[in-house]
Amino acid sequence: MRYLPHTTDDLERMLNKIGVETIDALFESIPDKLRVKEDLDLPEPLDEGALKDQLGALSVKNRALGCSSSFVGCGAYRHSVPATVDMLISRGEFFTAYTPYQPEVSQGTLQGAFEFQTITAELLGFDVANASLYDGASACAEAVLMMHRVQRRRRKVLISEGVHPEALETCRTFTEGVDDLDLEVIPLTKGGDLDLEFLKKKMSKDVAGVLLQSPNLFGIVENVREVVEIAEKERALVCQNVGEITSLGILESPGNMGCHLAVGEGLGICGPLNMGGPGVGLMACRDKYKRSMPGRLVGETVDTDGRRGYVLTLATREQHIRREKATSNICTNQALMALAFGIHMSLLGKRGFHRLSKINYSNSRYLRKKLHSLGIMAFPKAAHYNEFVVRAPGGDARQLTLEIRNKDGVDPGVPLGRFDEKWKDLLLVCVTERNTREQMDQLVTAFERHM
Amino acid sequence: MNPIETRGILYHEPLIFELGAEGRSGASLPKLEVEEADPRDEFDSKQLREKSPDLPEVSEVEVVRHYTRLSQWNHSIDAGFYPLGSCTMKHNPRINEVTCRLPGFADIHPYQDESELQGAMQIIWELERFLCEIGGFARVSLQPAAGAHGELTGLMMIRAHHVKNGNPRKWVLVPDSAHGTNPASVTLNGYKPKQIASGEEGILRPEDVERAMEEVGGDEVAAIMITNPNTLGLFETHIAEIADIMHRYGAMVYMDGANLNALMGYLQPGKHGVDVMHYNLHKTFSTPHGGGGPGSGPVGVVEELVPYLPRPTVEKEEERFVWKFDRPLSIGRVRSFFGNFGVLVRAYTYILEMGAKGLKEATQLAVLNANYVRVRLQGKYTLEYKRPCLHEVVFSDRELKKETGVTTMDIAKRLVDYGVHPPTVYFPLIVQGALMIEPTETETPEEVERFCNIMESIFDEAKENPDVLHSAPHNVGLSRLDEVQAARRPKLRWVAKKDEKKA
Amino acid sequence: MSSFPEKFYYSEDHEWAKIEGDIVTIGITHHAVEQLGDITYVGLPQEEDELEKGEVFGSIESVKAQSDLFSPVSGKVVKINEELEDTPEVINEDPYEKGWIVQVEVSGEDAISGLMDVEAYKKHVADEE
Repeated sequence: MRYLPHTTDDLERMLNKIGVETIDALFESIPDKLRVKEDLDLPEPLDEGALKDQLGALSVKNRALGCSSSFVGCGAYRHSVPATVDMLISRGEFFTAYTPYQPEVSQGTLQGAFEFQTITAELLGFDVANASLYDGASACAEAVLMMHRVQRRRRKVLISEGVHPEALETCRTFTEGVDDLDLEVIPLTKGGDLDLEFLKKKMSKDVAGVLLQSPNLFGIVENVREVVEIAEKERALVCQNVGEITSLGILESPGNMGCHLAVGEGLGICGPLNMGGPGVGLMACRDKYKRSMPGRLVGETVDTDGRRGYVLTLATREQHIRREKATSNICTNQALMALAFGIHMSLLGKRGFHRLSKINYSNSRYLRKKLHSLGIMAFPKAAHYNEFVVRAPGGDARQLTLEIRNKDGVDPGVPLGRFDEKWKDLLLVCVTERNTREQMDQLVTAFERHM
Repeated sequence: MNPIETRGILYHEPLIFELGAEGRSGASLPKLEVEEADPRDEFDSKQLREKSPDLPEVSEVEVVRHYTRLSQWNHSIDAGFYPLGSCTMKHNPRINEVTCRLPGFADIHPYQDESELQGAMQIIWELERFLCEIGGFARVSLQPAAGAHGELTGLMMIRAHHVKNGNPRKWVLVPDSAHGTNPASVTLNGYKPKQIASGEEGILRPEDVERAMEEVGGDEVAAIMITNPNTLGLFETHIAEIADIMHRYGAMVYMDGANLNALMGYLQPGKHGVDVMHYNLHKTFSTPHGGGGPGSGPVGVVEELVPYLPRPTVEKEEERFVWKFDRPLSIGRVRSFFGNFGVLVRAYTYILEMGAKGLKEATQLAVLNANYVRVRLQGKYTLEYKRPCLHEVVFSDRELKKETGVTTMDIAKRLVDYGVHPPTVYFPLIVQGALMIEPTETETPEEVERFCNIMESIFDEAKENPDVLHSAPHNVGLSRLDEVQAARRPKLRWVAKKDEKKA
Repeated sequence: MSSFPEKFYYSEDHEWAKIEGDIVTIGITHHAVEQLGDITYVGLPQEEDELEKGEVFGSIESVKAQSDLFSPVSGKVVKINEELEDTPEVINEDPYEKGWIVQVEVSGEDAISGLMDVEAYKKHVADEE
């Protein structure tokens, strides 16, 4: 076995030194009656060639999207990630290291994380960002818990129905065991945006915070400033989940719109989609809340000779020190994906990021205009970024998707009925910089054919 | 520049924000084929970004050099021995990195139709069965993204089970040697941790568990969380008796499987009283640690808890794999999509390569290497529990510190000078100045021997010239970093100072 | 070797209390400071907060430890030491003067009941070690 280096001589010599006759003797602390008596029932081991063949055969049972025409988004956006990103994170020095507990031999990981924190804070418009969370959905859940932690005596958190259903469900799962916290969902209006009148009615001194998503599930850009205004009247906090991180090239940041904290998902920026993971959960907040933040933080400091360096800091928030009183139980996060996110953002840079955002937006405007004239836009009056909802002619968006897929070779989007039966007729269409004009025109033709 | 600082490689690398020039970019973006849209037509000016995010302005070459230089200032498994206890820093096979990047695994969207994801779903289905077999469980959820996430998920299922039976209960018993994530997960589930002390032999005694149950009222105890082997590297020999006690009160047994590398092919915990266990694919199953993730923390359960598994699960219907969302008792999702799928492909590849015999042999050699270190160093460093260990061994600085003033931190920093990553230090908390050493099975006997020799040299240095340890490390680009200042006046991001940039 | 002012009162949790009429100034003892090491952060209550004897009113942190602060008396916070927010190291340098933490207005005569005088506290420290 190529990963197991010990020769027969090695074994003999080492056992001899240890003073036992067999390896099994080292396992005597496991009572005999508990021990596995037979070999585990697993497939026969494979050599590398066979592994490649077997995994290769499995991989082609999936349809890789490749250069095919796809308008599938809904929280997992297909952006073009430069080869440089994967090349750099594939350096063994990065991917075979672990949490930088010893800063003197981990400056690469630490400085990379510090840069990631800066980029994330800059994108979201805040003073502080952490070194990553698992994903956008668990970041939403952590944000709910954090707002509740900051506002100790308040027991309600209001969540917009426009938050991605999987993130909303994750918030419910995470708060199930928290006795003094109730979640309440604020519905969307018929126009697809957050029902602000409903929000006003629900707002009270008992509300710790509001979690909304913008662009929301339907791709609609919410009036975040007004949500903040409503919340601040009762001193409630506001967290924006940024539905599509590239929107921040043209849309104002949560921080600048008055939010107290913000979260997001970096999947699609840090690498290929991998069926949804690993991506990276983003979280940033105002300076005054930093001690309530979950997750790791890297800070700048100096060594004994005054040279600049980086360390894990404010660790007293964390589980390994504060144990049951920690701000979260998170330990391992998504460090390598955070690094990839930082690398991609550095490549894009100030201008490239703005341009990317502009291309996504312009493509979406082009396609929306065309579909608008077909009269199938579900929320024609709302403001969108790169994603929007089409009402399926015939009323069954899943059926429509399959038909277009089979007849036209185009993936037209995500049927929202997968989340809720009441959205059975809704199809979420996403356009990114990867969609050509030809693909967009083709999609329009496909919809026309199904009118 | 001081030539000693470079050692032929540039170490002191500016921040990426301090590089480049205004107007420079490393982006490669498509030409816009449609009319450029003006967001002001659609949005209020207050919704639009006034000022672009202040991202770096650098070329691709600058990015490549910057991150390559940063990487060179990392210790890694690829570069050398990394005996970080409880983290199982074994070799990360390269074939895993190839298989997970196959387009059919990397370039798939979570919301493609099931018919287009059959290969991926088969991997999830089969990996679940492999882990069930290794751990002795009925089902496994692959959704959690890391060990702590798995713990949280496991306790949620335990809570859901108790709620179903009419009372969520109040307490979870946690040994004093537990990972910090254990009590933190307990609190997140609305439970209170009740600490139990390890017995003199470094393991839990059934009578202490029994007493703890009586103290808080066994009917109010939801579960016990046991790390096995525990953080001293010792097997919890009485696990089955302890499980019996818990079950008598209707309480559950949660096992932290971070140290499963010590048990493969020897113990299937699910068959001997453990009701829930999380696995760490980034430890036991060779997926890379990535400088702190992405990991994967699947959680296995016995039959009784199957209804509560996060949804969706993957089911096999005839020859087709399907997502099953309709699970009325499920605790719900613990994250988006289907887990860190890219990590799952790597672990799946590893298990296929190793097979049952290979995994068992990995466990045997991991335990052999750890015991070799134990025997080689026990004359010099203090061994609190003088008995064979499993995959890791814990020493204390107690005697050495008393005699020479040298602390565990000094030893750790001195190891850096010898090109070895320090072990886990000051954990578990129940050992004074703990040094927790986990060599793993993939280290050659020569490398293990070299480490022991280094530890002996450091021991001698501590006696002859303790100052060289107090002021270590000497051979890296930075001396000890001021963690006090970092915490007192936190500087958590770079801030542009006018004129300083690009100076 | 730790030092303890003669006229202060002390709690088992190593807080000191200096009593001047109705106003009690509270801090942590030299002994506590030595145990904690370099202090990096002090979590303070707000003015007007009502403190209960024996209950947590704040926290104090070093790089690798966090401890709760327990109020040695009951009363209303009238002043907090804002200097600690930016320079927590003041407690390391001068725990009994500049490193005070809060001032509390107490009512009733039993404010100091249950607290130790310096001799009793010295014995308490010795017993702990």
